[in-house]
Amino acid sequence: MAQPDSTGAQAPHASPHIVDEATEGVPTFEASGGDWSEIAEEAARLGEERIVVNMGPQHPSTHGVLRLMLEIDGETVTEARCGIGYLHTGIEKNMEYRTWTQGPTFCTRMDYLAPLFQETAFCLGVEKLLGVTDDVPERATVIRVLMMELNRVASHLVALATGGNELGATTIMTTGFTAREEILKIFELITGLRMNHAYVRPGGVAQDIPPGALDTIRASLPTIRDYLGQLGDLMLANPIFKGRMVDVGHLNLSACMALGITGPVLRSAGLPYDVRKSDPYCGYETYDFEVPTSTDADSYSRVVLRMEECYQSLRIVEQAVDRLQAMGSGPVMVADKKIAWPAQLAIGADGMGNSLDHIKKIMGTSMEALIHHFKLVTEGFRVPAGQVFQTVEHPRGELGVHLVSDGGTRPYRAHFRDPSFNNLQAVSLMCEGGQVADVVVSVAALDPVLGGVDR
Amino acid sequence: MSETPKDVPEPTRVDPDAAEAAQEGAPDEAKDAAQAVKGPGGTVGTAAPDTPQRSTATALEAGSQNAFGSRTRLDIVDVRTGMFGVAGSGDTSGYGGLVRTVAMPGQSDRPYGGWFDEVVDILAEVLQEGGVAFDDAVEQVVVDRGELTLYVRREQLLTVCQALRDDQDLRFELGLGVSGVHFPYDEGRELHAVYHLVSVTHGRRLRLEVAVPESDPHIPSTTGVYPGHDWHERETWDFFGIVFDGHPGLARIQMPDDWPGHPQRKDYPLGGIPVEYKGASIPPPDERRSYN
Repeated sequence: MAQPDSTGAQAPHASPHIVDEATEGVPTFEASGGDWSEIAEEAARLGEERIVVNMGPQHPSTHGVLRLMLEIDGETVTEARCGIGYLHTGIEKNMEYRTWTQGPTFCTRMDYLAPLFQETAFCLGVEKLLGVTDDVPERATVIRVLMMELNRVASHLVALATGGNELGATTIMTTGFTAREEILKIFELITGLRMNHAYVRPGGVAQDIPPGALDTIRASLPTIRDYLGQLGDLMLANPIFKGRMVDVGHLNLSACMALGITGPVLRSAGLPYDVRKSDPYCGYETYDFEVPTSTDADSYSRVVLRMEECYQSLRIVEQAVDRLQAMGSGPVMVADKKIAWPAQLAIGADGMGNSLDHIKKIMGTSMEALIHHFKLVTEGFRVPAGQVFQTVEHPRGELGVHLVSDGGTRPYRAHFRDPSFNNLQAVSLMCEGGQVADVVVSVAALDPVLGGVDR
Repeated sequence: MSETPKDVPEPTRVDPDAAEAAQEGAPDEAKDAAQAVKGPGGTVGTAAPDTPQRSTATALEAGSQNAFGSRTRLDIVDVRTGMFGVAGSGDTSGYGGLVRTVAMPGQSDRPYGGWFDEVVDILAEVLQEGGVAFDDAVEQVVVDRGELTLYVRREQLLTVCQALRDDQDLRFELGLGVSGVHFPYDEGRELHAVYHLVSVTHGRRLRLEVAVPESDPHIPSTTGVYPGHDWHERETWDFFGIVFDGHPGLARIQMPDDWPGHPQRKDYPLGGIPVEYKGASIPPPDERRSYN
């Protein structure tokens, strides 16, 4: 609060310390909630060499805006706590005021490294609420699988790349990101965007894959494999890398189960739990792939598992590409015109938009089609009341979507159980008693993405 | 649902059989409704904006036919009026008198199908062994869209969780988290906490739902049974204001520590946007016209 100085002018005044004598009796405002003076007094009273280090929220090795509060004794971490919420944008609340079709536009921005998983999970949930799960065209489902598995590789590549970068291995970072670029090019070709696609829509996908995309994907796969091989050469037998990774960030199976940890971290403890196998969606039971596991339960085994999962995902991609080739062209959206987006997208002279044929039809020939287009786009479709919980296997674990409908055109409640959010709870267990430098490795092995954590 | 006495009144739970009785029992409401339909001006369709239309039992029953599936029991969680869900402004659509109820899928009848019967039977047995009657712990069993939901009373939530986790035939060992839902119209049951449990052993998943009144938003914490629910319960406290008793550190997790209110509640005020044009402003999303 500004207070008049001797000249009587309103001088700028920063938020004062709470026990500042100069401001006694004067109303003061704290910048944030913590009562730090008490903590400082407590530390002084104990007279211990107790150092609390704030790592983040702006720190290059915390994968975004994660704040780690470490209490250290020399080089040993005695307590580790996470502070999150720095990237909370209220996506779930926002989705309650948008139509079901606009939902993917929002949830794609949660975990920005794995956007297609949120989109697919949300759309599967909406389809289950609508009861049209079986009506989604086979072609759309295969495209979803193709996109998700490519996305899994891209996400794991970032996990490996940034994990290496945080150890100071810049080459791992550049190799990983270069490999990811190959996949982002495919995404750009198919969805038009490198991230935040909103490509998967309730009832199918936004548009069919463009001509020649399957050949492009086939041509890219050897390149991606080659980069994965390079990453393996750089990491897996590297004595420095192993020295940093092996037996660091240990989390055994019972700890994983207790904390609800899923994904590569759970599989590194030996449990082959993968939603694609245990509760298949999108026809995953018809694809030939394996779920790699390890029993070492350390950071190194998680790196190995992520590499192996990339190869398994590429296997699924190949099968999906073959299926798309074999089935030829077909619809990619449910036939129900009350749910499907009214127009297919097309490239026009001024960029991408509604196809000219569709515009010609609704503007020139059919008033009813124009009304339908308008109502579907502005009002959306109604979803019968009820709730569903739909999970998919996200690169970081089990992504759950809890959708509640009140029979309206917008979600009554959309909650995302993000695996990063849940898995970050393990930080205390993995880091306490270890070295400060191991905190970086442990967090990198969890691979949290704060966009998903905070939503 | 069984007819056991409850400590919270449930005026919104309408049983079509009881609806006519309610009509007789509430003459004031029927009179108010008749007045609202007639309107002070006496002409239909020009009801004064400041006299909100009351929903009659007949309207509730008629509206309930919009519910998913044809069930006898209904959990009405909301009643909507008019075309655009906006009160106070002239609804010129001609649908100003429209009354629509929102009902969630209600109690299912046996057989529930698949493994649902087995799990419910075993749970009842395990609870019985522990000295708890099934009906005292589980209010209702809902099977909808191939998913099983157990509505659990908060007093027995921990007993149910413990049984679900520890019995070898149930073994829901993986707690995926907690999410909240706010139904402001569902009087006495405004706040719902929803728990998602997975049995990796048996390849099953189910959902527990606990409903508490806004005036007494206390639910025992499940962190003792599922430690992974720690952050999820903090999140639900943060966004919905449900107090999880016994939680080791129920602090806000996403919003700043000194944030007032619980943003995911339906009555949490949303911000409008002032526009630099003759004092105009864009109203908050919940006050705009909508088709909901």
